[in-house]
Amino acid sequence: MTAEFRIALAGNPNSGKTTLFNALTGSRQHVGNYPGVTVEKKEGVYRLENTKINIVDLPGTYSLTAYSEEEVVARDFLIFEKPQVIVNIIDAANLERNLYLTTQFFELGIPVVIALNMIDAARDRGIEIKEDRLAEYLGVPVVPIIARTGFGTQKLMEETVRQAAKKKEWNSKPISYGEDIDSTLLDLEEKITSGNFLTDTYPGRWIAIKYLENDQQIKERGRKENAALSALLEKKVEAVSLHLRETMETYPEAMVADHRYGYIKGILQKGVISHKYDKDRLYTSDRIDKVLTNRFLGPLFMGLVLFALYTFTFNYSELPVSWLESLFGYLAQTAEHMLPDGHLKSLIVSGIIDGVGGVLGFVPLIMFMFFGIAILEDSGYLARVAFMLDRIFRIFGLNGSSVMAYILSGGIAGGCAVPGVMATRTLRSPKERMATLLTAPFMNCGAKLPVLALFIGAFFSENKAQYMFFFTILSWMVALVLAKLLRVTVLRGESTPFVLELPPYRFPTLKGLFIHTWEKTWQYIKKAGTVILGISIIIWAMMTYPGLPAKDKEKFVQQRQEVEVAYPAANVAGKMAIPEEEAAERSRMLAAIDRAEAQMALRNSAAGRVGIALESVSFLAGFDWRTNIALIGGVAAKEVILSTLGTAYSLGGDNQKESGSLGKTLAADPGWNPVKGLSVLLFISYYAPCFVTVVCISREAGSWKWGAFSMIFNTIFAFLLATLVFQVGSLFC
Amino acid sequence: MSRMMLRNMRKNQKGVITAVKKDGELGRRIRDMGLVPGTEITVQGRAPLYDPVALRVMGSVISLRNNEADFIEVEVQP
Repeated sequence: MTAEFRIALAGNPNSGKTTLFNALTGSRQHVGNYPGVTVEKKEGVYRLENTKINIVDLPGTYSLTAYSEEEVVARDFLIFEKPQVIVNIIDAANLERNLYLTTQFFELGIPVVIALNMIDAARDRGIEIKEDRLAEYLGVPVVPIIARTGFGTQKLMEETVRQAAKKKEWNSKPISYGEDIDSTLLDLEEKITSGNFLTDTYPGRWIAIKYLENDQQIKERGRKENAALSALLEKKVEAVSLHLRETMETYPEAMVADHRYGYIKGILQKGVISHKYDKDRLYTSDRIDKVLTNRFLGPLFMGLVLFALYTFTFNYSELPVSWLESLFGYLAQTAEHMLPDGHLKSLIVSGIIDGVGGVLGFVPLIMFMFFGIAILEDSGYLARVAFMLDRIFRIFGLNGSSVMAYILSGGIAGGCAVPGVMATRTLRSPKERMATLLTAPFMNCGAKLPVLALFIGAFFSENKAQYMFFFTILSWMVALVLAKLLRVTVLRGESTPFVLELPPYRFPTLKGLFIHTWEKTWQYIKKAGTVILGISIIIWAMMTYPGLPAKDKEKFVQQRQEVEVAYPAANVAGKMAIPEEEAAERSRMLAAIDRAEAQMALRNSAAGRVGIALESVSFLAGFDWRTNIALIGGVAAKEVILSTLGTAYSLGGDNQKESGSLGKTLAADPGWNPVKGLSVLLFISYYAPCFVTVVCISREAGSWKWGAFSMIFNTIFAFLLATLVFQVGSLFC
Repeated sequence: MSRMMLRNMRKNQKGVITAVKKDGELGRRIRDMGLVPGTEITVQGRAPLYDPVALRVMGSVISLRNNEADFIEVEVQP
């Protein structure tokens, strides 16, 4: 008979939790989200002979309070899903602090098995832990492991199964929090138990502790359950708070925390841990830090690393990106040949193949980006970047971790906002994270670059590089200033505490890197793919329908016939063919008719009509209907701007050669001048992000509202800026 | 022996925390990291712009901003 158990894996960040989870479950993982929040939920299966163990990887936390989404999720999971055992992974070199979370599991009463991880690294540091004594004093099993090599993991699972099979009742372990708190606790617990207050869900003593800790989530639930009793409990807590503040200048929550540490210290002093070396000895990691966070060398090295990440992501992914491009190019061509002309062909080629190609085209980029970030994150360097840059980014209401998202989005010209937005996952502060992901698309991504280059070339030609550099710096300023604006308006609020651990430098494991990269990439393909396919079909339809009226179509057919009649086929050496000298002229004229028809069809399409209607507003910034259509198309993908503008000026074709002539056309057009050029250029730099980015923003922010917000907010900002430049500029030109 | 606020400590200076005068989220995050009265700390260094500060605490390295260090009182070893 096979048995089945469900266990949770919990521990501090940097304790090797993910490494252990990967070692146990390998590729048999399932990644989802906890309902309603953006916190990832990872589940996997471990098989021990006939036993199936379902493992849920809880988010890494230092504590179980209600301040962060991760902690609430971890706590609610334990309470509502009641796993049979919690495997608490602990960094052996950091025992004292790691056990702080363990004491909170004890308070909850859930059966715990401790996985004492990285005993090899601890031994290198001269730290020896007597695990049998630790187990005896804590009253729970302790299994030493090295997650990275797999040492001890089978024993850990055997012990876990043994504990789970006991089906122990949850049993809060009483820890003393000092006389004042203890007596209050007893009093509260008695009232809670006798009033049957939330006790169906939570242990009584635990509820009492949470009231003392001023835990908002539990207090809210309490008020809903029984307002009168909750008020009574709050009054008692208030009384002891006042007493503690007057006599000892402290708070109940501080007393509770201090005594948890006191409990741990008490145990560790009983010969559990011995240090071979002086505690202040500098470890290798500290020596590396002396250089890498040095006042002068640190920023220099960081610049190099960030530049390397950028180069790695964008240059090395070029080859697979081009493979995908040629694959989709080939598919489009095949469809072009096989299908009869008409709307179905147009839908398949321009709507579906281009749409899917657009989504999958980002895949190599995203894979390389996540791989690069995983190296920085797993090695511990990412925390140092945040540490060094925090002071600057804090001025704008962000924190040090924001820099990566900006750089990937195009902070070094030519990035992409899609990986940039996804990279904000490394930010742990919710408001700072939102501000970063909403402003990252202001950077000049790779798709905006050819557009910028074209306008710069057409209107400010002499020094392309200098102008490019100027616009890159301008983008940083716009992003940072708008981040600040968001942080004092819609994302207002005090900065999230930035108490950050700088973990020791470690070599990342290849397995970990690959699993990490694949997971994130697959999520992108799955979630973004479906939505974006739908949207690209809508945009295609907008630019295609309703098409030309029959009367106009007839006119173009007639013109073609006229050309064909003017250049008739002649008998050349026994074959009917068009004479060579005339063939070129003939096809040139036919192509001109095709382009004129495409222009007219575009003008007549839904997008064209919107573009014309928008002229009544857009004239303020100097945009005519042709520009408007191109900008609407640009919401699908910024690459579309140039090709649409080309069609609107009846240049036809979206190949690169044409853009040169587009630049010349615009420069020569009396309707255009440098002021209008600058106005359009600024608008393109800052208006609504492309749809792929919007989808990613919505996913990362956890709501479509934020995707919509970024489209509207960015467009309004860009339009105001463009209008200002156009109106003021027109006064002088 | 003298008491001072953590912000004013010099690099490589050692001491024992005597009080963390802050409640709420910040106070909690400080305590989560093991920064409680009785804990020994060493100032390991500061970021290039002098803020945040990096501390050695119980074998790990923790960084916090100067305005967060303002709530932590330390008895400094001579």
